[in-house]
Amino acid sequence: MNLWPIPIFPLAGFLVNGLFGRRLPKAVINTVAVGSVLLSFLWVVFALRSLGGLETAFTEHLFTWIQSGSLTVNVDFSVDRLTAVMLMIVTGVGLLIHIYAVGYMSHEGGYYRFFSYLNLFMFFMLVLVLASNFVLLFVGWEGVGLCSYLLVGFYFTEQFATNAGNKAFIVNRIGDFGFSLAIFLIWRQFHSFDFAQVFSAAKGLPVETSSGIITAICLLLLVGATGKSAQIPLYVWLPDAMAGPTPVSALIHAATMVTAGVYMTVRSATLFLHAPVAMDVVAIIGLATAFFAASIGLVQNDIKKVFAYSTVSQLGYMFLGVGVGAFSAGIFHVMTHAFFKALLFLGAGSVIHALGGDQDLRNMGGLLKKIPITAATLFCAGVAIAGLPFTSGAASKDLILEAAYAHAPWMYWLGTITAGMTAFYVFRALFLCFLGDYRGHHHPHESPAVMWAPLAVLAVLSLVGGFINIPNWLEPMLPVHEADVGSLIKLLPFAAGFLGIGLAYVFYVLSPSIPDKLASSLGGLYRLVYNKYFVDEIYDAAVVKPVVQGSRTVLWKGVDAGLIDGSVNGVGALAQGVGGILRLLQSGSIRAYAAWVVFGSVIVLIAIGLVGGGR
Amino acid sequence: MSGVPLNWYLILSAILFCLGIAGFLYRRNIITIFMSIELMLNGVNLSFVTFSYKFKQVDGHIFTFFVMVVAAAEAAVGLAIILTVFKNRQTLQVDDINSMKN
Amino acid sequence: MDAFLFLTFAAIAVVCGINIIVQTHPISSALSLVGVMGALAVLYLMLGAEFIAAAQMIVYAGAIMVLFVFVIMVLNAGGERLTKRSAYVRIFGVPLMAMFLGLIAFVIQAALPRGEMVTFGAFTRGGPADVGRALFTQYLLPFEVVSVLILIALIGAIVLARKEID
Repeated sequence: MNLWPIPIFPLAGFLVNGLFGRRLPKAVINTVAVGSVLLSFLWVVFALRSLGGLETAFTEHLFTWIQSGSLTVNVDFSVDRLTAVMLMIVTGVGLLIHIYAVGYMSHEGGYYRFFSYLNLFMFFMLVLVLASNFVLLFVGWEGVGLCSYLLVGFYFTEQFATNAGNKAFIVNRIGDFGFSLAIFLIWRQFHSFDFAQVFSAAKGLPVETSSGIITAICLLLLVGATGKSAQIPLYVWLPDAMAGPTPVSALIHAATMVTAGVYMTVRSATLFLHAPVAMDVVAIIGLATAFFAASIGLVQNDIKKVFAYSTVSQLGYMFLGVGVGAFSAGIFHVMTHAFFKALLFLGAGSVIHALGGDQDLRNMGGLLKKIPITAATLFCAGVAIAGLPFTSGAASKDLILEAAYAHAPWMYWLGTITAGMTAFYVFRALFLCFLGDYRGHHHPHESPAVMWAPLAVLAVLSLVGGFINIPNWLEPMLPVHEADVGSLIKLLPFAAGFLGIGLAYVFYVLSPSIPDKLASSLGGLYRLVYNKYFVDEIYDAAVVKPVVQGSRTVLWKGVDAGLIDGSVNGVGALAQGVGGILRLLQSGSIRAYAAWVVFGSVIVLIAIGLVGGGR
Repeated sequence: MSGVPLNWYLILSAILFCLGIAGFLYRRNIITIFMSIELMLNGVNLSFVTFSYKFKQVDGHIFTFFVMVVAAAEAAVGLAIILTVFKNRQTLQVDDINSMKN
Repeated sequence: MDAFLFLTFAAIAVVCGINIIVQTHPISSALSLVGVMGALAVLYLMLGAEFIAAAQMIVYAGAIMVLFVFVIMVLNAGGERLTKRSAYVRIFGVPLMAMFLGLIAFVIQAALPRGEMVTFGAFTRGGPADVGRALFTQYLLPFEVVSVLILIALIGAIVLARKEID
């Protein structure tokens, strides 16, 4: 059973579209792009079916990449149950988003470039998921970061888009630095990068109660994950990344790339289980991020920004799940989140498309009758994310919250409050968009079938996807601790969801003046939250400006111009000076030269005599 | 009186050599300087032949032969150069030929 | 007899040598140089170097010095202009030369304290046959190289002085 075609199909699509796309007609570009992902998806299904139950991992050795002394890095692909889940998500949701993008980008310039980048992203993401050692995973990690940069900055003629692309890449790099350090420590401790070898070696080590090398490794892995999966403190790039086209936001910043951090953490579950301190840190960061981002999402006016903060918040839930030991619940939430968050973004894209590019919630309203299909699918996503009973979002979120309660009850309470906030802000956005009267000036029209068909598929998945019992299937790898909690604890999140929806209805449909009155009475607090707690400004002043200033004055003017240029020029000046002195020997007078000749020969004679020559 | 001490030949050779150096350093006419060089070469030739006598081998004569050949070649080329310099500078005073100064 | 001959011709050589560096006009120097070469030829004969003596007279005195005289005549530049010498030269010149000479003499005496006597006829292997044999067997390569050297000198001299004939 060959695994290598799975990432190679999108790579081929990238090469064809990238090299020849300029001259190809749109139909061919579409076929190549969507077709490659479709082939990849079909191959995944075919491979998983032929591999059977996958109780043990199936590894395919491709070639040896680095061979240096005792260091060997192989390019191996391996599939186990965790990989299988991720593969299905990436190729399946990716396929739907590719189909959607055909319709969404039909009027945009740089058509072939977009699809070639999208295919390249699929290639790197699949390499990341299929990797069987840390180095190959890092290759995919870096690659998706690169594609994120390329796609966020897709409209490269706009300053804010290129800035957003830079920000995404640079903040990711900070996380990658932590990840690299973790990989170095892993080598130092285990002398291998291979997952199977590292984890089997780690099983034999004792659990570290306070600090130790495994804790250090896990904390550094967490740094990498916070960069890629937009947790505190490295989440700041994700809201700005909304400058990219909406399919990009759906694919990369909702369904796949940002979940790479969660995937990597779950993959390293063995290591994390040996470092409870690190797991606590993961849980706290996840929970804090969830609450923090949800609070910002309450008051945003750009529909994509609302969903961006929602993504950050939901990623926090996933890390909370990982941190309290419910690894499979975290992965389950990855899957359900892929469904409903991709749907939310694609639906938002459909709305934006209908309004000819307007993204401001304040200019929307009353679109329910004008774009009904989009509205219906978005409400499906809304109930899923709010965690209403029997939806996919409820299944995964409940598992996480129950595990949190079993670990530390205060996490459960904060998580439930955040769930209520989630329901509130999502339905705020939906009500502002679809109910009431239309406040804008465009002529909204429904999207073409190529765009609403993927929406419909995702809506169905958002509603019933929860019945795919992933945690059960992942049980052999990632043990599920069935938490023994009371039925009240189980039902409270539902109640919080309903409460959030109800409050949103009251605020934005029944009496629309309440939000404005609240905003003006809580003026300072409102401004603080609206401006994202000024985190970007703090980072700018505390980190960015000192680095730029330091580089400019110390490194550029001091070291480069002064020291390096000075020494190089100084050597030249020295040579010139010495030459200037030696030049005076050239008097032009032949007799002076003759005298020097005789003088030199006398010296030589004396030297020979002293040495004792002539014998 | 049958014979002359060998050292006298060598000292004579040294005297001729030093005379050559003196002329080489003190004279200003370029042809005279050239002739001083020839004088030096002759002194060296005498020294070679003397040592050939001392060791009763003919190799010293061979060296002398080669020195003479080289001196001939050198004289030919050197005088050609002097002719060219005279054509350009109209002078044989060495002190006046100093356009390579500094 | 040998000593007498030696002293005579050595004196001639030294006097002519001093004359070379003392005369103002180059032609006088050239003729003195011829004298030096003649004296040296006799000394070579006394040392048993018959071939070299002949070569000295034919090649050195007969060809090279003729070339010198020819060039001096062609250029017709006249005697040397006397210019003031620098102070260094006037004060230190002669003593330095004397010291140099003394140094070399000392070295010679120290190296060969037991000087053997040179008698005319003691060395008979300096004739043309012996020189030729050595030249064409043991020193064949330098011989060929030197013939190429002469060729180069010939070409060089022609190229350098060419335009004068045009």
